[in-house]
Amino acid sequence: MQTRRQILQGIVAATLGGAALPKAWGQDASPLTRAIPAIGERLPLVGLGSWITFNVGNDRELQDDCAAVMAAFFESGGRMIDSSPMYGSSQPTIGYGLKKLRYPRTLFSADKVWISNPASGPEQIERSRRYWGVSRFDLVQVHNLLSWERHLPTLFKMKADGKLRYVGITTSEGRRHRDVLRIMASQPIDFVQVTYNVLDREVEARILPLGMERGIGVIVNRPFRQGELIDAVQRRPLPKWIAETGASSWAQFLLKFIISHPAVTCAIPATTRVDHVRENLAAASGVLPDEPLRRRMAEYVRQL
Amino acid sequence: MSEWWTYTPSDFLLFSPRVYYRMFELYNRSLWPLAIVSLACGLAILWLLLNRIRGGDRLIAALLGLVWIWIAWEFFWNRYADINWASVYVAPLFALQGVALLSIGALAGRIKLAPQRRAADMLAVALFCFSLIGYPFVAPLSGRSTWAAEIFGLAPDPTALATLALLAMSRDGGRWALMIVPAVWCLATGLTLWTMQAAGFFVAPAGALTALLIAAIAPSHTSVRPAR
Repeated sequence: MQTRRQILQGIVAATLGGAALPKAWGQDASPLTRAIPAIGERLPLVGLGSWITFNVGNDRELQDDCAAVMAAFFESGGRMIDSSPMYGSSQPTIGYGLKKLRYPRTLFSADKVWISNPASGPEQIERSRRYWGVSRFDLVQVHNLLSWERHLPTLFKMKADGKLRYVGITTSEGRRHRDVLRIMASQPIDFVQVTYNVLDREVEARILPLGMERGIGVIVNRPFRQGELIDAVQRRPLPKWIAETGASSWAQFLLKFIISHPAVTCAIPATTRVDHVRENLAAASGVLPDEPLRRRMAEYVRQL
Repeated sequence: MSEWWTYTPSDFLLFSPRVYYRMFELYNRSLWPLAIVSLACGLAILWLLLNRIRGGDRLIAALLGLVWIWIAWEFFWNRYADINWASVYVAPLFALQGVALLSIGALAGRIKLAPQRRAADMLAVALFCFSLIGYPFVAPLSGRSTWAAEIFGLAPDPTALATLALLAMSRDGGRWALMIVPAVWCLATGLTLWTMQAAGFFVAPAGALTALLIAAIAPSHTSVRPAR
């Protein structure tokens, strides 16, 4: 007779692809992946953000710390690293790390354009590209929808010219969701980046379903509310029933909730610690919660 | 910025406390032993303030103006801008403040500093002394490295506070215009430190408020003790 875990593994295999399943539970394994809906390219469900954590200036010691985080990220099977011109020195820090790691071929580079004057968009993207040291970005997103009406045509043209692979938009903390929906419905974007976590669930109502309907990949920022969620729950015991998913920490609990939503392509927690990046990537292994378990997880956190 | 009411100060904090404090540490190390020179400069200002000599006020304004311009260039433009892009907008304000101190105080001689033997002025002198000697101890007392000390003439917070303390002793009505940039900076740095949950977040804003209150209660154009 099959155990609940085995049944859930079967569900995961059906939705995520058997090849994506780890070789053995609890061992070093490739993270679970999910396809970008309209394209089919698969991405690990957990990526790496760089907001605050990688803004270390010219501090060589901290740059090396960030490079170590990136090394652990790639070793654990991670691919998507996300940044923005808004994030201070994060882009040069990523470039430093990539150079030190000899530009891992598995990198999925996601950056943003963030400038009011649309005419300066290509120049800013080019500057960002040079910081990263990549030949082109996989994904460029319009940061916080700033001048999106003018930036998107530029990005679509760059995509058509082969200067980038995917186009997206971003918002955070629930801002401008009406505009996000309008753009998702009317523009041929590949990705949308939004805030989603066990407490901030507004996107479940319309944005995530529309993403699935329109074949738009969803990147999730602020999975831990910039650490606030972890701080709030870590003094409480991790519920025993979550062990069936393989989660062994609150970070994995919170990440599993996010990436188990079928519309989510990749969550991008940021960290300065090697052990945390490994822990985050490990959330994309084992079993993903089914809908009843997701409801139970949300209710449990809500009551803490 | 749409939906501006949904933003909080933490949304504008681009760096972690560790990065912020290490910036001061690396800054001080890279400039060492300039800290000794800047402290000597501050002590020279204190001596000029307490010993009324001809042209002393102009010299004080000149020294102050030069350190403001130095901080605009070396700290904001070359250092802080690495982790905070808004720094490139602050640098011109600091430079402007330096130019204003040079032109209004050093060249035009319109900053008349005349500490009287009364509580308000003694408090202003004490505030200046704190900015010069006490402020560097905030970092080690908060558990940070001594190298992370914020020093008058090199770091903006003690420099802004010292400037406010001096201007609070000025009896010229134009002092208010010269107090705008340092007071706004003290507020901004207080917000930054508060967002970082730093224990001493209140030091610069409280000091600035003290200086502004001293300036407010001190009448303009009172008789001043003539220079010897």
